[in-house]
Amino acid sequence: MMALFLALCHQHILLAWRGGHTTLIVSFLFIAIILMPFGLGPELSLLRQLAPGLLWVVLLMSVLLSLDRMFQADFEDGSMDQMALMALSLEMMVIAKSLGHFIALFLPLLAAIPLAGLLLNIDAAALPALMLSMLAGAPALTLLGAIGAALALSIRRSAMLTVLLVMPLYVPVLIFGASSSASALSNGGAVDMASIAILALMSLAALFLAPLAAAAALRVALR
Amino acid sequence: MFKTVENISAYYANPQRFMRLAQALHAPLWGLAIVVLALGLYMVSQTPDDYQQGSTVRIMFVHVPAAWMALFAYSFIFFASVTALIFRHPLGHVAGRAAAPIGAVFTLIALITGSLWGQPMWGTWWVWDARLTSVLVLFFIYLGYIALWQAIEDHGQAARAAAILAIVGSVNVPIVKFSVDWWNTLHQPASVSRFARPALHADFLYPLLVMGLGFTLLFLALTLTRMQMEILRQRARTRHNGGAHV
Repeated sequence: MMALFLALCHQHILLAWRGGHTTLIVSFLFIAIILMPFGLGPELSLLRQLAPGLLWVVLLMSVLLSLDRMFQADFEDGSMDQMALMALSLEMMVIAKSLGHFIALFLPLLAAIPLAGLLLNIDAAALPALMLSMLAGAPALTLLGAIGAALALSIRRSAMLTVLLVMPLYVPVLIFGASSSASALSNGGAVDMASIAILALMSLAALFLAPLAAAAALRVALR
Repeated sequence: MFKTVENISAYYANPQRFMRLAQALHAPLWGLAIVVLALGLYMVSQTPDDYQQGSTVRIMFVHVPAAWMALFAYSFIFFASVTALIFRHPLGHVAGRAAAPIGAVFTLIALITGSLWGQPMWGTWWVWDARLTSVLVLFFIYLGYIALWQAIEDHGQAARAAAILAIVGSVNVPIVKFSVDWWNTLHQPASVSRFARPALHADFLYPLLVMGLGFTLLFLALTLTRMQMEILRQRARTRHNGGAHV
């Protein structure tokens, strides 16, 4: 059981790395960040003020863009049918894939945040709170994204649809994530534990509920 | 009691029987909806101008029932989806699909009329008020539900995927509501003060309730019509596929 779980997770990470998705998604994050000063103007004080919120929004968009990689390849080449026959339940398979997705795509994005923040002249004091909030919200983002990815699985060009399906689910995470980093900025870097706790709560709830929904959606697509 | 409900719902699992019931209900339901809406509009025309808001207050008689319907239609879709997924009642999918565009349009009407009211009252077309924001998110949940139905080619798959989405969305709606309330109170305390309205005066309350009833009847009549259409469309599709059940 455990070996199967880890093997699935490992395979997802390898596929993301070797397929170049990790590089692509991190590049997207930087491209989106680099475009901001052109749109908003290069004034450093303005960018400094907006930096935490912009980083959160761009992180969300990067995660949204990565979602069609979650199950699509396995579904198209038929591995998903085999996985459905495994000793591992589809729910656990969703968790394994989400964990792989988190390690292969979310952690590199998170590692890129300080550098991207530098480009936006972020206040260094706000960085720890910002990254902590992103880490606390990460399981929710990945697992809720898995629901959208699983629902849109049987559609050929599903990226835009997945974005539409998942966006409403991401709104609460963004609200608490962005506000925790905003309050850290105004309190000289003090971490706002209340909103971190709410993000962690959302992540825990997603860990219990999202695999059920995603696995149900996978069963529909696999029928 | 429960047994009777079960029997009735099992009886109408046959689309043929449902169609007979729908045809019998169709004209009376539409008639009632039109009469109640006409009465409501007449009562609205008799209301006095508000001493603060002038005649703009009448937007409320469309806006508030539309917002009620936005939530009512979503609850309807949620129950239809649960019925379809858990009790495997074939009408659940039909009902959910039929109600979705109607609910989306009511949501849009609530947003647009709210905006029209906000321009003279608040001086702006849109504010990121908690309530406006959560209704906007609800509108996108409707769009996602409709888009999923349209995007999946296989009818049975589309039905079940959309039902799962409706249930996920209904968990999401209260969380969105809670978080935008929290967000808004944190960020802009009372810049747009929801003026503490004294309990609605009877002159306004009764027309509003009648309009609410009229909108509910209109929703039910539209949904019934669309359910009939959907069943006919399924029949046509089945026939087109050479009688194979799809």
